[in-house]
Amino acid sequence: MELILSTLINGLSLGGIYAMIALGYTMVYGIAKMLNFAHGDVIMVGGYVIYVFMAMNNPLLAILMAVIFCIILGVVIEKVAYKPLRGASPLAVLITAIGVSYLLQSLAQIVFGSANKMVTVYEFGDIKLFGVTVQISALVTLAVTVVVMIALTLFVKYTRLGRAMIAVSEDKGAAQLMGINVNGIITVTFAIGSALAALAGLFYLLKAPSISSTLGAMPGIKAFTAAVIGGIGSIPGAMLGGILLGMVECIAYKITAIAPYTDAIEFSILIIILLVRPTGFLGKKRREKV
Amino acid sequence: MRMGKFKLNHYINYIVIGALTLSLTAVTLAGGRFDSSLLFLLEKIAISIVLAVSLSLVVGFLGELSLGHAGFMCVGAYLGGKVAALLVPALGNGPLTFLISLVVGGAVAAVCGIIIGIPALRLRGDYLAIVTLAFGEIVKSLFQNTSDETFGGALGLETPRYDKKYLFIFAFVIVLITLAAVQNFIRSKHGRAVTAIRDNEIAARATGINVTKYKLLTFTLSATFAGIAGVLYSFSNYTVQSAKFGYNYSIEILVMVVLGGMGSINGSIIAATLITFLNTKLATILTGDLAVLQNLLYAVILIIIVIYNNAPALKNFREKYNLQNLLRKLLRHKHDPDHVKDDEAKWDVVPTKIEMNEILSIDLTPQDKKGNTGNGGDK
Repeated sequence: MELILSTLINGLSLGGIYAMIALGYTMVYGIAKMLNFAHGDVIMVGGYVIYVFMAMNNPLLAILMAVIFCIILGVVIEKVAYKPLRGASPLAVLITAIGVSYLLQSLAQIVFGSANKMVTVYEFGDIKLFGVTVQISALVTLAVTVVVMIALTLFVKYTRLGRAMIAVSEDKGAAQLMGINVNGIITVTFAIGSALAALAGLFYLLKAPSISSTLGAMPGIKAFTAAVIGGIGSIPGAMLGGILLGMVECIAYKITAIAPYTDAIEFSILIIILLVRPTGFLGKKRREKV
Repeated sequence: MRMGKFKLNHYINYIVIGALTLSLTAVTLAGGRFDSSLLFLLEKIAISIVLAVSLSLVVGFLGELSLGHAGFMCVGAYLGGKVAALLVPALGNGPLTFLISLVVGGAVAAVCGIIIGIPALRLRGDYLAIVTLAFGEIVKSLFQNTSDETFGGALGLETPRYDKKYLFIFAFVIVLITLAAVQNFIRSKHGRAVTAIRDNEIAARATGINVTKYKLLTFTLSATFAGIAGVLYSFSNYTVQSAKFGYNYSIEILVMVVLGGMGSINGSIIAATLITFLNTKLATILTGDLAVLQNLLYAVILIIIVIYNNAPALKNFREKYNLQNLLRKLLRHKHDPDHVKDDEAKWDVVPTKIEMNEILSIDLTPQDKKGNTGNGGDK
């Protein structure tokens, strides 16, 4: 019973991280209509920024700097690499995104070396919950993710900027005719996505205080899987998909027989979902018009 | 297309590779011995060419992104290596063993291609990228966790040792076979259907092309040759380790295709040769922490080439200063219909969506009839 409960809580917290990344993916995918492969690596950059500023021993400052730096990075990536390709084939954008992801990884490795860096952001300690020892950082992760998800949903639904985002995601041309600054909206989307990535980087460091240049690559891909499972473009869907995937991962790790195949299982779920329900659980089906 | 006329353009790559192979073979048969590192490099180049040409089929001609090419190669390498290891006691490590394991490796990779292609190819292009990426990771972790008796597990599978003296000849014969298969496919009716899908899927479907069938066919063909390249790899290296066939290797193959120019087989061949050669040279120069500079180089190549070739804003610049124009000027070639390449349709500039400012700038006054008739058909 205790094992089940602790696995569930671990799953929820890991799911929270995936959900946080998936939110960034789903925002960018929904509005810019592109798969931002570099999103996972922005997480890694956020982690390194925290590592650098933790030299001053001020967690709040480090987190703030990470968020600001990631926002700037996200906007620069968008302006330099993706904006020139607006209107080009999706394949070209996709390959550029992979190039950017690769570039960030190798730059980080050049700057910080290939060895893992250790950094402890903050010791939250443990708490007893229903007879199970739980890391408080896990609960913080989950709580922050839920708050961010609700805030994003409200933002998109009830603010002018948010509704402009929906308009751009529905039809760029028509949105432009309505006087919406499409390029500006896409930049804002990248900024939001990158800020979320910085937070995800923080959560990773809270979970395990070690960072390397490939920190973001695998979680990035898994979070995309989560976004697809939940329905790409849907904010609650990203949350749902992230939590589901985190649960699956934690449960699979606990079963010895299938533990080595955890990654394989998660990706097989992606393939099965695409086969059975390509729009995910909460996604809307969109017909392609001529 | 006039039939029966020999077009040098179409056969230049066979001739160059064939002549090279023949001359090296002649030297070998005459008793000359090559340096073993040169032989190994030749084998590696052959493998890279097969990989790049087969990936070019999906990326350049079908216009979809596959990030799991190394995964298909991995399947081929393990299965081919295993079959060869089982056959060697019965048949000896001669051409027959070689051939059977090639067929098995290619066939299994093809089956994997079909299994992966069916769910992914029905959807938007991005899904194929992520599913193939996932496939590569699945394959890697499956082979990593096998037992020592089956596929060697984390230590890798040991494959039979062949006479290195002749292996590169086999490798280049396979390169020629790959070229023949891929180029004939591209130049056939089916190949034109595939490029039609790339240029405008909806229009292609409207003209009665079975889009899913052709996508699956192309994808499977590409996976098959990746599998064959994998079998070659298992012959060339004495052990097959799944860690080699990760995401990074898939990207390396993608860099070859992008550097060579999408939709250009000859470009892929040249780029594959160049990058494989560079890799071996760089591996000796850049050691330790510097090894990452190689990845940095790939990343920069990818970004710059793709933006340069595809950015709508650079269109005029591109048309004015490109390599083909320059060559044409140098060689004083006039534009001659016989010189039209396989794939001259510029797929990246085909307007699939009418730009907003284009709509706004259409002059609707009745005097100007030329201006507003041309635009409607595309979308």
